[in-house]
Amino acid sequence: MTIDETTADAPTTWTGHLRRRFFGTFPPEKLLPETQPEYVTSWIYVFGVATIAALIFIIGSGLVLTLQGPLWYHSSSLGHFVNSTHLWSVELFFLFMVVHLWGKFWMAAWRGRRAATWITGGICFLTSVGTAFTGYVMQTNFDAQWIATQAKDGLNSVGIGAWFNVLNLGQMLLFHVALLPLVLGGIVVWHVLLVRKHGVVPPIDAIDPSDATVEGAAS
Amino acid sequence: MSVPHKYRAAPLALLSPMTALTGNLNGPGHYIDWGPIQISLANLVMILIGLALFVAALLLPFPKGRKRP
Amino acid sequence: MKNDLASRPWKGAEREYDLLKELVIALAVVGALVLALSFAFGSPDDKSITLQSWAKAAPSDFVATAASELGGTSGTAGYGPPYNSASDGQVIGPINLQKLGGVRIPIDAAAVFVTTPLAKVSTDPAVTTAMSQWTGASADQQAKWAGDYGDAITKAPDGDYTKVATGDYGPVPAMTAALLASAQQGSLDGVLGNQGHFFDTNYTDSLLFIADGTYLEDQARAQHLGGDQWGMMNETGSYPGQSWLWLYTFWYQVEPFSSSGNADALVWGLMMLLTLGFVIVPFIPVVRSVPRWIPVHRLIWRDYYKAHPR
Repeated sequence: MTIDETTADAPTTWTGHLRRRFFGTFPPEKLLPETQPEYVTSWIYVFGVATIAALIFIIGSGLVLTLQGPLWYHSSSLGHFVNSTHLWSVELFFLFMVVHLWGKFWMAAWRGRRAATWITGGICFLTSVGTAFTGYVMQTNFDAQWIATQAKDGLNSVGIGAWFNVLNLGQMLLFHVALLPLVLGGIVVWHVLLVRKHGVVPPIDAIDPSDATVEGAAS
Repeated sequence: MSVPHKYRAAPLALLSPMTALTGNLNGPGHYIDWGPIQISLANLVMILIGLALFVAALLLPFPKGRKRP
Repeated sequence: MKNDLASRPWKGAEREYDLLKELVIALAVVGALVLALSFAFGSPDDKSITLQSWAKAAPSDFVATAASELGGTSGTAGYGPPYNSASDGQVIGPINLQKLGGVRIPIDAAAVFVTTPLAKVSTDPAVTTAMSQWTGASADQQAKWAGDYGDAITKAPDGDYTKVATGDYGPVPAMTAALLASAQQGSLDGVLGNQGHFFDTNYTDSLLFIADGTYLEDQARAQHLGGDQWGMMNETGSYPGQSWLWLYTFWYQVEPFSSSGNADALVWGLMMLLTLGFVIVPFIPVVRSVPRWIPVHRLIWRDYYKAHPR
């Protein structure tokens, strides 16, 4: 027997099992389809990708800001400009995300076993708020001083402040540029994979295409 | 001969178009009071833009695509 | 909900939809917007307050704050966990999460904010004498000196620490004046709170000290950043801030939160509940049916409904 015959249908390795599981759920044509169902004809659908585009600019501008350290933007006009692009990509990110969220609510996009898509989307929003917060407190300026000294009261009041010290610049910086972007990135990927897995939710009260003969006869 | 530190940054700043072209919103903010609500003009504008985008997305026609079997 | 159709892969008509092209267009449009906004509006960057700038701009506030640290009446001194056990902190009904967090960032206010840095920056024999007088006194005596001095500053004309009525304040005036002088000179920044590490990236002590005064808050309130000014949503200058925090900050503006000593804990508790509710909307009856009752979806999918009338 050849290797192909022995491994074709019955993986015996962990790798094989994982491969079959992943590509079973996400065959290439599902990951990168060239079509969408006929009902995907609204501008509301672009706000998910717009949010991702904004996130890409947040990360890109953030990476440039890391090149010269956290104080660079105070004294460099180029640094200040990059800081501006970081701020405005964040504002656009939240703007598009909220419009995307409104759209998904009014579409009841959790239908058809898509609850996990809604849940991961909600967690993306919350993680984004947290990530933005760590960004605000690492600005090393007056705003950062005020936000940190205020926010500590909320966090301390529920015991979180004992572990997550917003007055500790080093801790906040590492959360902001390392830990949280990775966590957020992971949840965003999971969210998008869920959309690809289940497909875009059909309209409320959509007609089952297999009832097409009934529809044709009625008209 | 080395250039004194305070002069080294100057040519770069002069070359940078950023300071000449960028505007800023550093003036005092405008705030709108409405009952218990106090909101900055900037935030209000952002929220209104969001609402406008949502409504526009609902109403504007979407380009028809090629049908695929 | 009878949504068998939604659970199954779509077997109906399809249309061409280029996801990659859509992403590229989105990147171009968003990129253009980001650049345009950055050129047009820039970004805010108000300079930090330093111990020096505070001491110079508001010396009486600085001195009064230092006195309150010595007397154990400052915000930090009476805070409770995570800084000390002076109080049990905030509660949500019977639950005390603040205490549960523990005193993991221990701060002895009088030492951290006054006596330790003063010992480091001052070589004046008069200050050394004052410090000895302080450490030799009982806790009650210390509290009385510092408390009386703080009260005297409040009652002085313009709250000016140089115009306080004569009284027995022990070594407190000498110590706080010396701390002020070193702060104004710039010798205190980097010293206060430094735990002996060469590299210090933790600003807890300096920030708590500044926040114990009124100067920081005065600057913040002037820019509408105060808690009761919906400040959590705002940014310095005329920049947009964090509109997405609207609901979190809303609760602070209304009763019972606005006058509660447990406002922070209560608001957090409430927001955790609402956040959970938001995340599990698909499982909440009534809420999950709202999109069906208010048919915004008829606009979104109007092309489809027109092509497939019931």
